[in-house]
Amino acid sequence: MSALSERPADAVVGTAVPHESAVLHVTGTALYTDDLVHRTKDVLHAHPVQVPHAHARVRDLRTGPALRVPGVVRVLTAADVPGVNDAGVKHDEPLFPDEVMFHGHAVCWVLGETLEAARLGAAAVEVDVEPLPSLVSIRDAVEAGSFQGGQPTVRRGDVEAGLDASAHVFSGEFEFSGQEHFYLETHCALASVDESGQVFVQSSTQHPSETQEIVAHVLGLSNSEVTVQCLRMGGGFGGKEMQPHGLAAVAALGATLTGRPVRLRLDRTQDMTMTGKRHGFHARWRVGFDEDGRLQALDATLTSDGGWSLDLSEPVLARALCHVDNAYWIPHVRVNGRIARTHKTSQTAFRGFGGPQGMLVIEDVLGRCAPLLGLDAATLRQRNLYTAGRTTPYGQPVRHPERLARAWQQVLDSADFAARSAQVAAFNDASPHTKRGLAITPVKFGISFNLTAFNQGGALVHVYKDGSVLVNHGGTEMGQGLHTKMLQVAATTLGVPLGRVRLAPTRTDKVPNTSATAASSGADLNGAAVKNACEQIRGRLAQVAAERLGVAPADVRFTGGVVRGIAFASEQVPWEEVVRLAYFQRVQLSAAGFYRTEGLHWDSAAMQGEPFKYFSYGVAAAEVEVDGFTGAYTLRRADLVHDVGDSLSPLVDIGQIEGGFVQGVGWLTLEDLRWDESDGPGRGRLTTASASTYKLPSFSEVPEVLNVGLLADAAEEGAVYGSKAVGEPPLMLAFSVREALRQAAAAFGPPGTSVDLASPATPEAVFWALERARCTEGAHVDEGAPGVRPDQPDPGAPAVRPYSEQVQHVLSRT
Amino acid sequence: MQSPAVTVNGQVVPLDGVAPHTTALDWLRGRGLLGCKEGCAEGECGACSVLVARPGVAAPTQWTALNACLLPIAALDGQELVTAEGLGTPAALHPVQREIAVRGGSQCGYCTPGFVCSMAAEYYRPDRAAAGPSTGRPGAAAEPDGHLHGPNGFDLHALSGNLCRCTGYRPLRDAAFALGEPPAEDPFAARRDAPPPPVAATRVVGGGAEFVRPADLPGALDLLAGRPGALVLAGSTDWGVDVNLRAARAALVVAVDRLPELRTLDVGPESVEIGAALTLTEVETLLAGRVPLLDELFPQFASRLIRNGATIGGNLGTGSPIGDTAPALLALDASVVLASPEGEREVPLADYHTGYRQSVRRPGELIRAVRIPLPQPRVVAFHKIAKRRFDDISSVAVGFGLDVEDGVVRRARIGLGGVAATPLRARATEAALVGRPWTEEMVRSAARVMAGEGTPLDDHRASAAYRSAMLGQALLRLHTQHRTPQEVGA
Repeated sequence: MSALSERPADAVVGTAVPHESAVLHVTGTALYTDDLVHRTKDVLHAHPVQVPHAHARVRDLRTGPALRVPGVVRVLTAADVPGVNDAGVKHDEPLFPDEVMFHGHAVCWVLGETLEAARLGAAAVEVDVEPLPSLVSIRDAVEAGSFQGGQPTVRRGDVEAGLDASAHVFSGEFEFSGQEHFYLETHCALASVDESGQVFVQSSTQHPSETQEIVAHVLGLSNSEVTVQCLRMGGGFGGKEMQPHGLAAVAALGATLTGRPVRLRLDRTQDMTMTGKRHGFHARWRVGFDEDGRLQALDATLTSDGGWSLDLSEPVLARALCHVDNAYWIPHVRVNGRIARTHKTSQTAFRGFGGPQGMLVIEDVLGRCAPLLGLDAATLRQRNLYTAGRTTPYGQPVRHPERLARAWQQVLDSADFAARSAQVAAFNDASPHTKRGLAITPVKFGISFNLTAFNQGGALVHVYKDGSVLVNHGGTEMGQGLHTKMLQVAATTLGVPLGRVRLAPTRTDKVPNTSATAASSGADLNGAAVKNACEQIRGRLAQVAAERLGVAPADVRFTGGVVRGIAFASEQVPWEEVVRLAYFQRVQLSAAGFYRTEGLHWDSAAMQGEPFKYFSYGVAAAEVEVDGFTGAYTLRRADLVHDVGDSLSPLVDIGQIEGGFVQGVGWLTLEDLRWDESDGPGRGRLTTASASTYKLPSFSEVPEVLNVGLLADAAEEGAVYGSKAVGEPPLMLAFSVREALRQAAAAFGPPGTSVDLASPATPEAVFWALERARCTEGAHVDEGAPGVRPDQPDPGAPAVRPYSEQVQHVLSRT
Repeated sequence: MQSPAVTVNGQVVPLDGVAPHTTALDWLRGRGLLGCKEGCAEGECGACSVLVARPGVAAPTQWTALNACLLPIAALDGQELVTAEGLGTPAALHPVQREIAVRGGSQCGYCTPGFVCSMAAEYYRPDRAAAGPSTGRPGAAAEPDGHLHGPNGFDLHALSGNLCRCTGYRPLRDAAFALGEPPAEDPFAARRDAPPPPVAATRVVGGGAEFVRPADLPGALDLLAGRPGALVLAGSTDWGVDVNLRAARAALVVAVDRLPELRTLDVGPESVEIGAALTLTEVETLLAGRVPLLDELFPQFASRLIRNGATIGGNLGTGSPIGDTAPALLALDASVVLASPEGEREVPLADYHTGYRQSVRRPGELIRAVRIPLPQPRVVAFHKIAKRRFDDISSVAVGFGLDVEDGVVRRARIGLGGVAATPLRARATEAALVGRPWTEEMVRSAARVMAGEGTPLDDHRASAAYRSAMLGQALLRLHTQHRTPQEVGA
């Protein structure tokens, strides 16, 4: 076992401790970015001027009337930008645009003494626009050939030959919705300028280093002149990976121009109408099975709805293509991807980052084809699970497939799946108006950033003379419990009680050049870096203690706040005394830690390599009950088993599993992003832009019975203390709910009915699905050739090879 | 008139100069009580939930959770308010705070103070422990959602207006169900036994506008007669949304939600008269199961946080076509009692709405009460079609009130919401039912008529086709549930 994954016997990691801020949360004393405004003097408030057109050219912007509104201090426009007028990393996101690219695009910002003054000022700004033709739906964009970015393909084997040789060939289409993050805390930044002209931005950001970079390039400053801090976020889910940057830059620009602190907080409507969401996708597919229902070939084209700019759409698409296989072995594969450019918000990272969308395609294919193959869906899925010795379509060996099988069996057992399937069938026979469905689905999710360069983490650990420990690391806290885990890692590595360790807010001047807290990698990368820093300090202290104890440094043990020799009879010295001794011996008590994930390689042009450190596995079984009169349903029970390796923090991990699952249930059943696709004056408007129209799961969506288990004996070699990432993968356990709904809807029709189910599967969508089943209409799946042929990519599309890989490529040649 | 002030976490804080549109949320945050969070600013997420001492039914005072984002702070003049900070501190956690903290009930923590307040209100509900585990209230229709009630009597509907995006709710459910009884020395528990803060007449002037709470109904009618353009405010669950999301402002706000004449409930031999300013929660508690159709409605009407503030008169007064009380009250043949300086008049609810958010109510006239005639119909049901079971706005709402004797429909009242510019009666369907046998065949034929009622639209909540289908389906579902109509006590 590697040093990184080896866990001492009495580790603080692995104990179930509450979130490190839980006591502050419940007493209302945990501070978020906007709370700081009330502790800051002379703050100006920023309000956007949003233009209500899906696509338009700005012909004239008259800010004079705003300046006449009492309390308005300044209007920020493109002319004020000293650096680069761009909020992104692809240089396709003008911060102050002269072309409105989506309904609600902000063209300038008003600063006021109060938010009310800024709002009135924004309303007074006169914007003349020339409306331009717009593309709102993904279908319109495909038809118009409106794409952006690269068009990659994951390819293995000979897909045409595989289809030709298949006993059953089906083809179809599937379009499904994205998802609004709806972090409870909306975007917020508070910027100020300190005495030396340094810009300090407090931002609710998952990626402080990139926020820093964008603020610097907008202001024309070097990165060293900008510091970004994130205390904590009231939820992120990927929505604060890219989206905070431009908002922070506006606040920082206002602060530099006025010399006063500037607060920019989006209200919910602004947040929903201005910032990106999970990508909706469209898929066309052909699939081949052998006589026994074993997958032979998959030919698919996935088109994501990228919105108006690229943002993270390319890596999201790459991850979607790398997860179309989910947990299934498919010998012949050709999966094309492309990004539609539409006049909507720029869609972005969201928990799973394209993975869920890719996996949803194959789960939908299996769910629709199982009845056509004469198989029950559970059998079809189990029969196709990866087994030993297989590789993914992009060439990565699938390690530990036996864990997937074990998780599957554990869910079958703990959910009493066979007996309950029989009960469901008996219930359905006896119940004409209410039907139940019980489904089981797997998850295999690759962990690491697809882009190799991002797989690095940093930390800065201080031990003070009194023995107390302060940990800084590059990750941000958004509720996922990263800081809790980091405290546990530091306490474990230094052998001190948890209470000796404190964690400081994430700041770019403490740990530089960090990666986003994203891709579920926060604990893997930062945990290894924290451990590395602590090990450096521990190594130095071991020398000091060895002398004091009269043993060899290698025989010094740090545990529970005492330092002792390896022998049972060894003398014990309190941690604090060793620290004090070290100080007087002029031993450095601070260390910078670093970690890079080993063994990764990825060629994003060929879409081949081993981009993932490991796969995270999970299995879920869900039972639903559907009312045939309305399509309304309840989630009766869910049984989840998830592989988190050897858990760093079980209470935190179970929280991530349950929370991810319910968020996935929201995406797939309830959360309904609707844009006005009419040709009326509201064209392009998000019509579900508030909590009253966009419904998140509430208590009524929690399963009546929810059983969650961590997969046993799953220690992960090569990851920090044998743990695995947990942030994203459990979201996809929710496929079980969608498939259970499909099965319940099918039960309204004759046996063997195949059902199309829209996503999200709202009560209305379920009603229409069960109505079609009742009318024995069947699913819209074509059998045999030629069927629905996926479009092939445009050979003229730009390359997807990112800059960092080009650098590596050049370096490897020289 | 005393100078306006609010008691916040035990401290009296003056209210001088606040504008009528200043919400309790903004005001509290401005005073450094930052635990109160804005998540949506429209009463949907509960991150701003606070506790207010209100008149109780089972005890003199009841700690009532309200959305601070919707409520003007001026409306709390003379009242007592408690926030998460006031319930406990990091060094001395409140039992609700402790249960949430140790069970992993907080992740990002942003919704947590609001959950704490909503959960604390239910913790202190005087009749909580008396309720059985399977139903929230004696007399309530048997509810299939047994898992929504804890062994400690905790009703999870109390948290239906609080959203959490992180936890998936299970640990919050565990925390709620783990709560015991408040100890006797608990000051919040003791506070319940003392009278609620008296309601004082109020006048707060700020931001160039005024907020006035008249002392009684004649005072309110006089004021409105002189200033017919004034905004009449009850629970502020509708206007608060307009203030926050649509920047609505009013020069004069007249609060009527505490007028004593509007807060009575009378059960007579011929009717039940419900005071217009009673909140939905109060109506539910005071009726104690006397109107079974409304009992079906209450758990489906918005959330507990909203029902604690929203009044039954307000729900009719906004004239919204998707307010949920109207379809139910239409099925009960209810009427509206309107008061003006000239006296009172009674208008059948079926004649009350005249257009989108318009009614026969004249400027200066107030809804004083809602009158439900007795006996009530024997077959009643309230069907709400929405995306989410808790706290959603209806795509379609249907209230049924039928009498079936000897297998024949003798009388039918069907109220509809969400299928036209106003709530309306399904008169064609009623005609298709009355005098005909209550058989599957006849019901199927009437259901086809019912699917043609109204003029439903396509919107983000539902398609027109689904809305129409749901009308017909509602009648079919009613029939399967009442094949042999049982006697339903009025």
